[in-house]
Amino acid sequence: MGFHIVVCAGIVPDPLQTLEPITGPQGPALKNEMMLPAVLDPWAKHALFEAAHLAAKTPDSKVWLVSMAPKTKLQQVMMSIAQKASFELVALDGPASGFTDSQAVAEALAAAINAISGLDRKRLLVFGGWESASRGAGATLQIVGERLGIVEQFQGVDELSVTASGSLRILERVEGGMHQISHCDGPPAVLGWATGSLPEPPNNPQVGMANMRTLMPALQKATAAGVAVDGKSFTSVEVPKQRRDTRIVKDASTDDIAREIMEWIKG
Amino acid sequence: MDTVLYLAHTQSDETLSKGALEALTAAKELTAQLGSANLVVAILGGDVQTAADSVADCGASKFLGVSGEAFAQSRYATDAAAIEALCRTAQPAIVLCGSSSRFNRVLPGVASRLGGCADLHATEVKADGGSTSITRWYYRQRIRAAQVRDKRPWFVALETGSDAPWITAGGKAAVESVPVALPESSLRTTVEGLQKPPGQTQTIRPDADLLYVAGAGWTKKQADGEAHIQDAESIILDFLGKTQASLGGSKSLVDISGTGQAVLSFMTHLNQIGQTGAIPRHPKGLSTCCHGEEPHAVGWRFIHERRAINLDANCGWAHGKADVLYVADAFEVMRKVNALLEKS
Repeated sequence: MGFHIVVCAGIVPDPLQTLEPITGPQGPALKNEMMLPAVLDPWAKHALFEAAHLAAKTPDSKVWLVSMAPKTKLQQVMMSIAQKASFELVALDGPASGFTDSQAVAEALAAAINAISGLDRKRLLVFGGWESASRGAGATLQIVGERLGIVEQFQGVDELSVTASGSLRILERVEGGMHQISHCDGPPAVLGWATGSLPEPPNNPQVGMANMRTLMPALQKATAAGVAVDGKSFTSVEVPKQRRDTRIVKDASTDDIAREIMEWIKG
Repeated sequence: MDTVLYLAHTQSDETLSKGALEALTAAKELTAQLGSANLVVAILGGDVQTAADSVADCGASKFLGVSGEAFAQSRYATDAAAIEALCRTAQPAIVLCGSSSRFNRVLPGVASRLGGCADLHATEVKADGGSTSITRWYYRQRIRAAQVRDKRPWFVALETGSDAPWITAGGKAAVESVPVALPESSLRTTVEGLQKPPGQTQTIRPDADLLYVAGAGWTKKQADGEAHIQDAESIILDFLGKTQASLGGSKSLVDISGTGQAVLSFMTHLNQIGQTGAIPRHPKGLSTCCHGEEPHAVGWRFIHERRAINLDANCGWAHGKADVLYVADAFEVMRKVNALLEKS
């Protein structure tokens, strides 16, 4: 029996953009946030690729991508990501800001997952990034799992394999560059992916065309997701000034440089 | 009176980690700042007595423990049940712990279960005028925010390196054992053990004094028109072996390894630092053959003393971010550093 894989993925500003916080009507925000080019959250993108790979090699599997962002930003990002993996989009029209609270976002995502028609909870794997490149809370997926009643949860996952008996063998990142190896007897489970082990797939126009049939309707019927502030407030939000006076050592011999570095390391 | 619950788990040798002891320092300070609060210690693990004894003199009013074979392993279902039971017993306003993969996996879920809230990756926690606030970073360590929350219990996991470890004389702690009812379904996951990076030298050392960062320049053609990857590997591994430094890699170098090109064989995504990698904390950092602008340089954020070696005097990785930039060939310099280390 195949898996029903739901990937939770937000969108974030392109990491090369300069980010400047401002105070908006709802609290902190980014300057020109709607103008910033956006990408699918990097770790969640790995999760999507892993999901598509697992579904492709496991018959009778299906992938849903649940994503919350302003509808126009979602549309922009989905045009590119739809070329890379097969999925059915579940779109939520809501904020993508990193300053929204993970609890509120998780509630909205869990409600959207619960509303997916035909989703078999006994075959359910909830995927996502182990933290986002915006909020960086590392909390949303765990709360989604709790809301769905799933207590088989794994974070910092780099590898998932399915054994002959149908159990899941999972490698999670732990301290010191090690992985913890766990065996779970099967779905349902929540997996927050780190980098995974797959390269980014090349664009596939056929996949893109197939996805487009469901993407546009999903975007059109995206429901507005209310995200409550829920008792969290910011007392300061800033880009810290960390500029140092760099001493440039240009004309020293390698012997002198090596000696200076040696003394610094030992000092 | 508010309760500050200091939460810790044991390591495989039943002791507390350095990060856990740092969080104890923060918990004691927070309790003092809150004035009328009381500190309770809660520990989970296979056997918690040794760990509790090691912090017996921390001034806690009570020691709670969940122990047993099921709690020796790091697993969501059992850890969540244990922490939930500890919190229902202690009824804390604030739950403070050191950040770890084990706690990061489970705390947000438990907080949600208890109707509270959780913040992982905090770098500071303090109380002022009876109000607790934390500092944490957004957008991959590029924006720093201080925030407060109304919901309780508020779980805060403090990043390692954020405080000094609590120095303890130890003693004998009277640990109150908290019972946890574990349904059979909570043991659906079994932990087989830990795995080192396959076939690789151990290069990640979170407690090292020095972070050594290697950039993509190590794999590029050198002055003779050839790439010298084996030389690069040998120089870097020699340096790491002699200094016991931790190895970080720039995104560009790690990405090259993902494309199957001949690169540093021991460099994996686990070594990557920066926006989509780890944000390590070390007293010193030495960057070699790295370049890049601000978004790529966030891996430096929590390194106190920073030096860089690069052939480009205008290197964006170093300018304004490193204390010293040596404009030199890293191959030559590091060979000589290794020779000096050998002599010493």
